[in-house]
Amino acid sequence: MADGTSISANLAAPARAAMAPPSGMRKFMRRRSTIAVLMAMPLILLIAGLVIWPAIYAIWLSMLNKRMTQFVGLGNYAFLLKRNTFQLVIFQSCLFAVTAVILKALLGFIVAHLMHNIPGKNQRIWRGLLLVPWVIPLALSTLSWWWLFDPSYSAFNWILNSLGFQSVPWLGVGWNARFAVIAVNVWFGTPFFMIMYLAALKSVPEQLYEAAAIDGAGPVQKLLHVTLPMMRNIIAITVLFSLIVTFADFDIVRILTAGGPQDMTHLFATYAFSVGIQSGDIPLGASVSLFMLPILAVAAFFVLRGVTRRTQEIAA
Amino acid sequence: MAQVSIRKVVKAYEGNVQAVKGIDLEIADEEFVVLVGPSGCGKSTTLRMVAGLEEITSGEIWIGGDVVNDVPPRDRDIAMVFQNYALYPHMSVFDNMAFGLKLRKFPKDEIKRRVDEAARILDIQALLERKPKALSGGQRQRVAMGRAIVRNPKVFLFDEPLSNLDAKLRVQMRTEIKKVHQTIPTTTVYVTHDQVEAMTLADRVVVMNHGVIEQVGPPQELYHNPATRFVAGFIGSPAMNFLPVRVLDDGGLKVELANGVKLAVPPQRVDRYGPYKGRQMTLGLRPEHLTEIRDTEKPNVVRIDCMVDVVEPMGMETLVHFFIDGEPVCARIDPVTHSAPNEVLPLAADLNNMHLIDNESGKVV
Amino acid sequence: MSSTTATAGAVAQARRTSLHRQRAWTLKASYAVLTLMVVFFLVPPFYMVMTSLKSSAEISAQQGNPWIVQHPTLANFAELIANSNFQTFFVNSVIVTVLVVVISMSISVLAAFSLTRMGFWGSQTLATGVFLTYLIPASLLFIPLFQIIGKLGLINSFWCLVLLYPTLAVPFCTWIMIGYFSSIPRELDEAALIDGAGYMQMLLRIFIPVAMPGIIAATIFAFTASWGAFLYPLAYLYTTDQMVLTVGIVSDLIRGDVFQWGKIMAGCVLAAVPPVLIYAFLMDYYIAGLTAGATKG
Repeated sequence: MADGTSISANLAAPARAAMAPPSGMRKFMRRRSTIAVLMAMPLILLIAGLVIWPAIYAIWLSMLNKRMTQFVGLGNYAFLLKRNTFQLVIFQSCLFAVTAVILKALLGFIVAHLMHNIPGKNQRIWRGLLLVPWVIPLALSTLSWWWLFDPSYSAFNWILNSLGFQSVPWLGVGWNARFAVIAVNVWFGTPFFMIMYLAALKSVPEQLYEAAAIDGAGPVQKLLHVTLPMMRNIIAITVLFSLIVTFADFDIVRILTAGGPQDMTHLFATYAFSVGIQSGDIPLGASVSLFMLPILAVAAFFVLRGVTRRTQEIAA
Repeated sequence: MAQVSIRKVVKAYEGNVQAVKGIDLEIADEEFVVLVGPSGCGKSTTLRMVAGLEEITSGEIWIGGDVVNDVPPRDRDIAMVFQNYALYPHMSVFDNMAFGLKLRKFPKDEIKRRVDEAARILDIQALLERKPKALSGGQRQRVAMGRAIVRNPKVFLFDEPLSNLDAKLRVQMRTEIKKVHQTIPTTTVYVTHDQVEAMTLADRVVVMNHGVIEQVGPPQELYHNPATRFVAGFIGSPAMNFLPVRVLDDGGLKVELANGVKLAVPPQRVDRYGPYKGRQMTLGLRPEHLTEIRDTEKPNVVRIDCMVDVVEPMGMETLVHFFIDGEPVCARIDPVTHSAPNEVLPLAADLNNMHLIDNESGKVV
Repeated sequence: MSSTTATAGAVAQARRTSLHRQRAWTLKASYAVLTLMVVFFLVPPFYMVMTSLKSSAEISAQQGNPWIVQHPTLANFAELIANSNFQTFFVNSVIVTVLVVVISMSISVLAAFSLTRMGFWGSQTLATGVFLTYLIPASLLFIPLFQIIGKLGLINSFWCLVLLYPTLAVPFCTWIMIGYFSSIPRELDEAALIDGAGYMQMLLRIFIPVAMPGIIAATIFAFTASWGAFLYPLAYLYTTDQMVLTVGIVSDLIRGDVFQWGKIMAGCVLAAVPPVLIYAFLMDYYIAGLTAGATKG
């Protein structure tokens, strides 16, 4: 009896499966794909609508005349390259980004090393103190830097004066202002490097150092042959990443000098702002911003190469 | 009532790699079946197809009288125990066990009753409030089993559940699993690469290799009558010895070892092996059938002298390793028998338990 | 014989003490340099707090050491808190930030779950695209966005920030969540599937609780990004009723050439309190989230 029923079920089943082609399991898998796309849809829309579309739109804008009535091709770019101020902007952006990133990377590396030296239980509090610049919104802390650099009230100048030196016009003279802008960026950005490097240092297995010590390596050799090779990847990613962010920086220069004196601290972002938003020449502003693109693209390419490992963990 | 039937099931991945090449298996209600084989043999894939975690490329899987090819795992009424336990780390033991019931909207008191019952069976009542992090490996394994038990499913699936445990716990949990199956007889499919687990737990063992089933049978049958060379070599530890031989008629049917020694085939096997006269075959002989020479000699036990290479005292027995014409051979002897490296040791080969393997088909004849 | 062992022992001891001394010296030097760095790092916030406690009279008098407040007063804070403009900025900032955090986290968590666990055609490309988006700075797109926002009629409305800030937060949040989700063993999904969970239940009842540290890290990032952003509000908002803290403090407290530094600094202190509090309690999560992906490779 039991056999009989089982046989009839047996016969019915293939027919059933054949007659309903999108089988349940397959439907289940397809539904899974649909749900997956739906879940990622907000992200896709966000990126498409507010990143990719504006980027394409920017290229279009940059090829219009000031009133946006006429197509001028690469005219805006040619115009910019001939302008003295813009040549200064290119120079300053590169100077600013390269100097600041090198200083941040160096200081961050040193501080991370020192942090790694001190006993673990003390690290938390020190780390907390060293992260303060990074925690306060940059626009606000730059305000307090501005106040520290104030021409008549500068608290730095008070120290200089009480030590018998002359007051320094911090933001009033070109190279001083450039120095100040870089200093504030270093102040703000070093903690990020420190955190990344500290994490990387902690991830180097202690046995490697012990093995190196037994092989007769001194502190310098340990640094050169163990620490740096182990951290190479993270150093590269951090530096490239910071290069992008620093290169595109806006807040510090905007608040501290607004590009002055005599446009000697303008960066791409601040110059684009003053041309595009303040002077209302949207197409020219867009062209200024777009000048950043090639450098960002190169840096992004290398960062991406460094992080592809992560994407490989994602299900295909 | 939950038989599981696997009929002509194939699992192919992209690039036409077949992990499972059309297997057939009927599992009776309340039967404990163990799939065993080396890694990559398709045993886990088979189990995951039964669970519904892998799509079936072709063929059918039946659970309790229904084709479940198209049924998602949640509706198959199965429960699974994973190798790494897969306990939800943020839930207490109780919640881990109750999760499946909660999702199925069981009433609260029923959930509590079932969890308490499972906890009693598994002796984990004291752990119900703990998080998985605070449990030992063995305790986690119990919770994972508890999670399966509370569901009272048609089929239990185990995917190498003991592999993450240390040797001592593994033996203990093995007994535990067997006891649970005796308490709550439920159809069980159990995957392992450990043949000892397979032998001790199974009603029937399924030996798989390269995506096909080599042999299905009760543990004893697999051990004493392996169907193929693969099964003969896979089941049993230390593994069966394999020696190249030639079958010949030299005043009675004999097999000739590579070093020229001729062994007479026992009379009850003469009919079976006769047709292979003149062929190159492989002789299979388990180490326990190659012993020191004992006082009471049985018929068909022949003497082989060996030059001992390595001696491994195991306590209740001693393993002796040596070579016959370059082929490694292992013998199990009584520890009281004197044996030392580089000494000649006379051994007795019990040919009543010999196996003869066809080199071409790999089948035991 | 005994003499040699004695000397050997002495040498060993000498070496040990010199090693010990060297370590102690390294430690002291480390602390010394770290102290210097901390001083450098803390100068602006310290001066911010000091100034916020000074009266306008004390600031303009320029008598004595400007680094130390002589007659501390909370008048700046009291006036600011009573100031309706400042209240507006703060409330606007809170509304924008809360909405942005909720929106960004919803988008990121859903997308990360979909990308790591469900997968569809092109999901790997999308994951790479998400990371690339993170590398696009706000200053590259603010001009075309100005036009787009204008067409949407959102110029001078803080709702444009609610729309735009997620572009700053979502890519990195998604990236953090992808890292956390992919570290969850697959057996956990399978166990949940067998236990009868659907994908939404799996996400809500398994993935989100298990990846809580990642959720916290990503939330902090989204909070930081939208609380401190400066360029968009500066470019798109111009009346006080729509402004947020970062731009409001400057525009409202600087009237012509009159800098009310005491109040400006007090405003900065008040605006810095929420992030400082959050970091003080949740710093470890944030750092773990930030560095997890980077050190893995």
